[in-house]
Amino acid sequence: MRALTVFLLLLAAAAHFLLPLGSLREASAIDPGLARLILVELRLPRTLLVIGYGAALGVCGAALQAIFSNPLASPDLSGASSGAALGAVLGGYWLGFTQPLALAACGAAGALGTLALLVMLAGRKVETTTLLLAGLAISLAAGAATSLALALAPSPFAFYDAFDWLMGSFVDRSLGQAAAALIPATIAVAFLLLRSRALDLVALGEDVAASLGIKANRLALEIIALSAIAVGACVSVAGAIGFIGLVAPVAGRHISRGHPGSAMLPAAAVGAILMLVADLAVRSVPLDRPIPVGVITALFGTPLFVWLVITMRRRLTA
Amino acid sequence: MTSLIAKGVALEHRLHPTNLEVEAGQLVALVGPNGGGKTSLLRSMARVERAGGSVEIDGEQLDGAGEARLRSLLAFLPASREIAWPIAVRDVIGLGLERRDDTRIAELLELFELTDLGTRPIDRLSTGERERVLMARALAARPKVLLLDEPLSNLDPYWILRFLDIFRSAAALGQAVLVALHDLTLLPRFDRALLIADGRVQMDETPADLTASERFGEIFRIREDPNGGWMFRPRVDPRSSP
Repeated sequence: MRALTVFLLLLAAAAHFLLPLGSLREASAIDPGLARLILVELRLPRTLLVIGYGAALGVCGAALQAIFSNPLASPDLSGASSGAALGAVLGGYWLGFTQPLALAACGAAGALGTLALLVMLAGRKVETTTLLLAGLAISLAAGAATSLALALAPSPFAFYDAFDWLMGSFVDRSLGQAAAALIPATIAVAFLLLRSRALDLVALGEDVAASLGIKANRLALEIIALSAIAVGACVSVAGAIGFIGLVAPVAGRHISRGHPGSAMLPAAAVGAILMLVADLAVRSVPLDRPIPVGVITALFGTPLFVWLVITMRRRLTA
Repeated sequence: MTSLIAKGVALEHRLHPTNLEVEAGQLVALVGPNGGGKTSLLRSMARVERAGGSVEIDGEQLDGAGEARLRSLLAFLPASREIAWPIAVRDVIGLGLERRDDTRIAELLELFELTDLGTRPIDRLSTGERERVLMARALAARPKVLLLDEPLSNLDPYWILRFLDIFRSAAALGQAVLVALHDLTLLPRFDRALLIADGRVQMDETPADLTASERFGEIFRIREDPNGGWMFRPRVDPRSSP
């Protein structure tokens, strides 16, 4: 199972990096340097960003689900992604930040704000309904605030401009932008992965974990802050992309045999694969304008989400 | 040899500062009325909550000790049998060990007659079966002290007797075992019994002396039934009579 995941990841990454081959061949026929330029300046940042964002969503989703003890906690359903988008919009169109790293910080601050609000509204040990309703309320509010911020933004093109990335896009991101998302996300993800053992032990109940020296409240704060950094940085560069943070952890736990913490690493791989496939799909659609990646993940994610809800209901009624 | 020394452990509103020493190899019963403080005493000794005082096991302070040390010093079995994720039985037991050890897991599966259920997710077990799994988890790392909150509450008679036997073997290996329980008929199987009420250890005796004392009956509001077993004392408050 693990070997298959790694194989699929490598395959998807190679496909994403090299396809379509036609344009590379044409370019190298004109000038071999041009093909290299396409690969290094265009394809590489895009592939890295796609892998990094997908992996970050997988890890953060798994971590949030583990600490909330709920398979429906995720960056999108908790409102963190919407919060990050709001933060980045405010930073970019109102505060006038242009530095990718500054925008990433705004995204992280937005995500942190919404997650903090979620914990304040619903508490951490919450049942699914409360969690979903609180997350929905926060997402809606953040979405409305984002639209308002764009509508009233000093730049008249803000709305049109923002559509390109708000729903998720990896088109024409520079190496600098990729770095602004990937460096904070990688650091945060590394710190999250260090907590996988602790999150596994929390599965035994917070009291047992506490008797082993793991304080769940403190762990929750760390998870929330680290997830906010990772998700916020990625959203600020490539927009809010849903469902991967919800679905990848399910596959991750399948691979980790139910262990919620050890599921983070496989969830990272699965998240990266899903994001690579979604972006490949976007690129291969024969349209003259790009479809947002978030649309693709939502199209395929919604049925999976429904399936998740049905299996959860079955388990509750069983 | 003294194994566990608790000094002034306390929880606000629930447990007055309490001192307790338990010998290695001792099997100690904690009894008391509901809400008297049995769970609070176990939780504060396991350092589950920010409890006052200090606890040391074999001369090592629990506060500030790392996961690996704590695992070898004590195991805490809470009264809740809920596990949030559908983890397989053998993996739940594995979480009780620092490193995966299939021989030890197989040994525990065998001891608790769970071998056939090894791969089944724990949420698909009955409460009693789950209790056996969680008890196996607690025993896995062979800790010096076992703090068990009502481990017998959902078990059938066979498993109550088997658990008591397992506790006795643990004690024989030098482990100190503290067990909160309600079934007073099981008290004679313990070396020592603590009666906890109103957030204090009210009595600390041998089981025979404890049950024979007048105070025991007063606190529990029961008395020995001439026909065997126990009967409750009628409430003194006249308003409560029908």
